[in-house]
Amino acid sequence: MTVWFVSRDSAARSVGADEVADAFVDHGHTVVRTSSRGLLWLEPLVERVDDDGARIGWSNVTPDAVSSEGVSSNFVGRVEDIDFLARQDRWIFERMGITDPVDPEDYLAHGGMVGLRAALEMSASDVVDSVVESGLRGRGGAGFPAGIKWRTVAETPASPHHGEPATAPAHKYICVNADEGDSGTYADRMVMEGDPFLLLEGMAIAAHAVGADRGIVYVRSEYPDAISVMTEAVDIARANGWLGEGILGSLVSFDVEIRVGAGSYVCGEETAMLESIEGRRGMVRTKPPLPAIEGLFGTPTVINNVLTIASVPSILARGSSAYAALGTDASHGTQVFQLSGNVARGGIVESAFGISANELVYDFGGGTLSGRGVRAVQIGGPLGAYLPPDRLDVPMGYETLAESGGMLGHGGLVVFDDTVDMAAQARFAMEFCAEESCGKCTPCRIGSVRGVEVIDRIRGGEDAAFHEDVLRDLCEVMTDGSLCAMGGLTPMPVLSALDNFPEDFGHAAGGE
Amino acid sequence: MTVTRGRFAEWSQESAVALLAETSTSPGPVLMSLQAVQDRFGYVPAEAVSLIADACNVSRADVHGVLTFYSDLRTSPAPDVPVRLCAAEACQSVGGRELKRDWERRCGESAELSEATGADEPVFCLGNCALAPAALVGGALVGRATVEKVESMVRGSLEESR
Repeated sequence: MTVWFVSRDSAARSVGADEVADAFVDHGHTVVRTSSRGLLWLEPLVERVDDDGARIGWSNVTPDAVSSEGVSSNFVGRVEDIDFLARQDRWIFERMGITDPVDPEDYLAHGGMVGLRAALEMSASDVVDSVVESGLRGRGGAGFPAGIKWRTVAETPASPHHGEPATAPAHKYICVNADEGDSGTYADRMVMEGDPFLLLEGMAIAAHAVGADRGIVYVRSEYPDAISVMTEAVDIARANGWLGEGILGSLVSFDVEIRVGAGSYVCGEETAMLESIEGRRGMVRTKPPLPAIEGLFGTPTVINNVLTIASVPSILARGSSAYAALGTDASHGTQVFQLSGNVARGGIVESAFGISANELVYDFGGGTLSGRGVRAVQIGGPLGAYLPPDRLDVPMGYETLAESGGMLGHGGLVVFDDTVDMAAQARFAMEFCAEESCGKCTPCRIGSVRGVEVIDRIRGGEDAAFHEDVLRDLCEVMTDGSLCAMGGLTPMPVLSALDNFPEDFGHAAGGE
Repeated sequence: MTVTRGRFAEWSQESAVALLAETSTSPGPVLMSLQAVQDRFGYVPAEAVSLIADACNVSRADVHGVLTFYSDLRTSPAPDVPVRLCAAEACQSVGGRELKRDWERRCGESAELSEATGADEPVFCLGNCALAPAALVGGALVGRATVEKVESMVRGSLEESR
């Protein structure tokens, strides 16, 4: 009896993986539902073990192609030899596509819990030092050194929830920001659906390092599969002693709760997320106080992105110096790049920093899906810059991208072909900000609405040079005057579209 | 891609009060309570606002503020098979805007479709950006969405519930 591996990732399911899995069962095969390799243009990708023990695969499988003999077409050979995968350096995604996401035995058999066991052998401050030495920086986009944030929380005494008496139980929290709202990013979703124990292991390591007793994963409601897998994984982890009292027989006690968002992009901003977890409107808080000192319910709180926390177990397992050796001067380790949009081969590329956008878009991505020329690539989500093809030689890293007028964001690259109207994209950036602004600060709340209007005037040819000046002035106010990245970075896609593609705004470069 | 049609309980104050007794004890209970009510009844009826305010010991204004902030929370029942088309950049790059336009035109031609799916509520990113355009049809995620694919899922779901 042949065992077939079929992904249960929601992207794979969105193109028919469930029906394919059912077809295998109908033909008398055994099916194991795994995570996805992240080679998403090949989904539904099905695999089995060949005589040498290697996984071989078939891509874009339809139920019709399945019979009692196996699969009749689209053989891709050894999956690990597929160039797209073979050229990656997978740390976070090392088990992806291989294991059953909610099988604890499978997790242990493929390197799970090695990092947590190593961490529990070390003192809390040594764990913090390891993360500092690894050079790991926040993968949510801001790029703040994770170890420094942890150290601040470790050095701040636990406190009761605000409003409670000083004698009430004191807490520290680990909050994982899984409100992955950026268009063109889906790595957090894939980690939660595909390797949930990895995230919980990373949280437990963080809890030991800073002395936290409670953890929360704040997942956006648009990810129902991630919510159900994480919820199931928390129960399984508790049953295995990976969460709860005395984790793995140590003195560390830590438990995790899954909280669900309610359709607000700005709740991906860390202080808006705290407000939302506290049950209020997702309005951005002013800083200081830093969440590391006064965060969730007023207690010291580590807030890290899913990919930041998911990097930690392998850093502890393989060593911080091995991690730090990867990447560039200031951007160490690997980043999970996500290829999206009008791209021939969309999916996950985990690679050391320093790889160029060109390599990602062309060598990995294979250019556009439509076969037309690449006109623009938006890097770093809806608040990231639109870069033209001649600027794609930029090496990926926090500072290198900033120097070229862009930003890394959450590592998403959205490819557009030559049919794109960049003025429409600029307008959309303002429209999106108007829709999703929390409304706390004026430049973001009002500026975005005015931004839509002024771009409409430019597109309509109504005194375009004057209105371009107004738009630039408005963008300056939004950049400098907004409380958070929502209003502060919306000008980035707008101005990069205007500067790099002036012809789409109906006039020559520079305006006048 | 199984479409699960929302099957929600009829509004009952008694059942809501029992539900709120559970949710209102956790720290920061207002949003969770609103979500719990919506999960059970499909929307947040006006009567629920003061029940939540009482259970959480906050003002009705506080509850109203949270209810109106989050786009997921609705104050009227959801359509039978809600259709949400992703309006964000990755989907725009492969015809998301055109898909939305064509879908609206299709609903304009068919009273049955427009009644079953309601007005399209914009959603920004469903996390399926490599297989764009993405849609959510009655809770099922669709990749490489087309008007035909969406329509056949909606009709399949309506067929099933007859």
